[in-house]
Amino acid sequence: MITDFFISFSTYVIIYIIIVSSFNISFGFTGLVNLGHMVFFGIGAYTSAILTLHGMPWYFALILAGLFTSLIGAAIAAITVRLKGDYFQIVTLGLVFIAIAISRNWISLTRGALGLPGIPPIIKDNFNYMLFTFLVCVICLAFFYWLTKSETGKIFQAIRDDETAASILGKNTYFYKVLSITISTFFAGIAGSLFVHFIKFVDPSIFDLDFFVIILTMLVAGGLASITGSIIGVVSLAITSEALRFVVVNPELIGPVRHMSLMLILILILIYRPRGILGKVNV
Amino acid sequence: MLSLKNVSKSFGGVKAVERCSFEVEECTITSLIGPNGAGKTTVFNITSGLTKPDSGTIKLLGKNITGMPAYKIAQSGISRTFQITKVFKNLTIRDNLLIAKRTNDTEMNRVLESVYLNKPLDTIASELSYGQQRLLELARALSMPHNLLLLDEPTAGVNPQIRQELKSILRNLRKEGKTILLIEHDMDFVMDISNTVIVLNEGRVLKTGKPKEIVKDKKVLEAYLGK
Ligand SMILES: Nc1ncnc2c1ncn2[C@@H]1O[C@H](COP(=O)(O)OP(=O)(O)O)[C@@H](O)[C@H]1O
Ligand SMILES: [Mg+2]
Repeated sequence: MITDFFISFSTYVIIYIIIVSSFNISFGFTGLVNLGHMVFFGIGAYTSAILTLHGMPWYFALILAGLFTSLIGAAIAAITVRLKGDYFQIVTLGLVFIAIAISRNWISLTRGALGLPGIPPIIKDNFNYMLFTFLVCVICLAFFYWLTKSETGKIFQAIRDDETAASILGKNTYFYKVLSITISTFFAGIAGSLFVHFIKFVDPSIFDLDFFVIILTMLVAGGLASITGSIIGVVSLAITSEALRFVVVNPELIGPVRHMSLMLILILILIYRPRGILGKVNV
Repeated sequence: MLSLKNVSKSFGGVKAVERCSFEVEECTITSLIGPNGAGKTTVFNITSGLTKPDSGTIKLLGKNITGMPAYKIAQSGISRTFQITKVFKNLTIRDNLLIAKRTNDTEMNRVLESVYLNKPLDTIASELSYGQQRLLELARALSMPHNLLLLDEPTAGVNPQIRQELKSILRNLRKEGKTILLIEHDMDFVMDISNTVIVLNEGRVLKTGKPKEIVKDKKVLEAYLGK
């Protein structure tokens, strides 16, 4: 049914808006290119799945997914943000492979490659769940707009532009970088929880880089350091990606064609419009 | 105000600063001069905490600040500018100044006026010319509460008009009771404005004195002017 499709499409878009704007906080606003950002989405998803499967009410699970994810984020940031740009990127990319290895092999907790089925929904009716994710998304976006206009948000951006200059102006840049990753991973965890209660299943493929390429393209297309840009980036690329369904006749080819198109869009943006649609800074 | 005692720093085999000692008196303009590679910028980086010295002590108002992180030294009252400007390029003038000090538009405009930068606060820093960016960096350094101001070649790459303005800016600051340590290549500028001149050569202090004594000094002429 067309309305079913529309509801599920909108729910994905809403969840993607949270994950992409949370990525913008660390990457776009603070200059921390955390290539493992989707790992935290996965951690949030697994946390919420495991907790609710053990009988915890969803609202505790949702909040704990955010808190636990940001705790891991803070711990990893505390160790890695001192690394210079390229090294930080390599190490955070490494997190992806660590996450895959752990989720595959910690069988007693994750059931490994079999994944965790039967995750209870937060709200059974899909339309009402869409409204619920929309509400959560609005709260998240309100926070992001407030944060990026606040003094802390300005300090993040100052660090992105010139960390040395920020430090000689009395700012503890290490603290602010850890804070940025902590905030950004908190919302990644929330998005992961919303996602897992929608598809009601999680397995190690949630950490696959395919997924990361999609949100990276959405972020870059919308533009770094612009929350509105992130919203536009998600919506426009989600529509483009769905439209391909009607262009590509062979259903087996839809997946690969989507990925290739996204990569192509990413490359074209990087070459011709490194600021994306609304971006404030170049990639 | 500021004192360095036997400060040394090597990069690999290069002795950038060697047993360097000097003092900066309150309410004066002290100039640090010397040929390229003499170690002037390294002295600034050590003083502001960006580079850890191999040995020696740095004191600000009697307090030992050696090896403290840069942001704490800044909070202790040392403000500085860089040889190559480090403005926050994607931020507006207002936000550049905000990072230095939480304050209102009126006060920000006053600081801008004092450095002869007449631009709206909403201007993005990267839209300013290089000379204007240097002035913004100076305004930012002035905004941050401080006791001592370190300026690394403020006249480099700026047009002669801004250079003249800088002279009066620095004189005004001294009149207001500010203490300034200045790295400068323009000899006329230095001799015109300084109370004390420190000559650095190959990481060592060659000579300290009043401008008049420096221009007459044989050693200085040999090392610095290559005569
Ligand atoms: N970060 C660094 N790494 C290696 N060598 C450096 C570094 N900083 C300065 N040097 C070297 O130290 C010496 C002094 O440099 P510098 O302090 O910049 O001199 P000045 O500012 O007087 O021109 C030079 O030989 C320079 O190449
Ligand atoms: Mg220098």
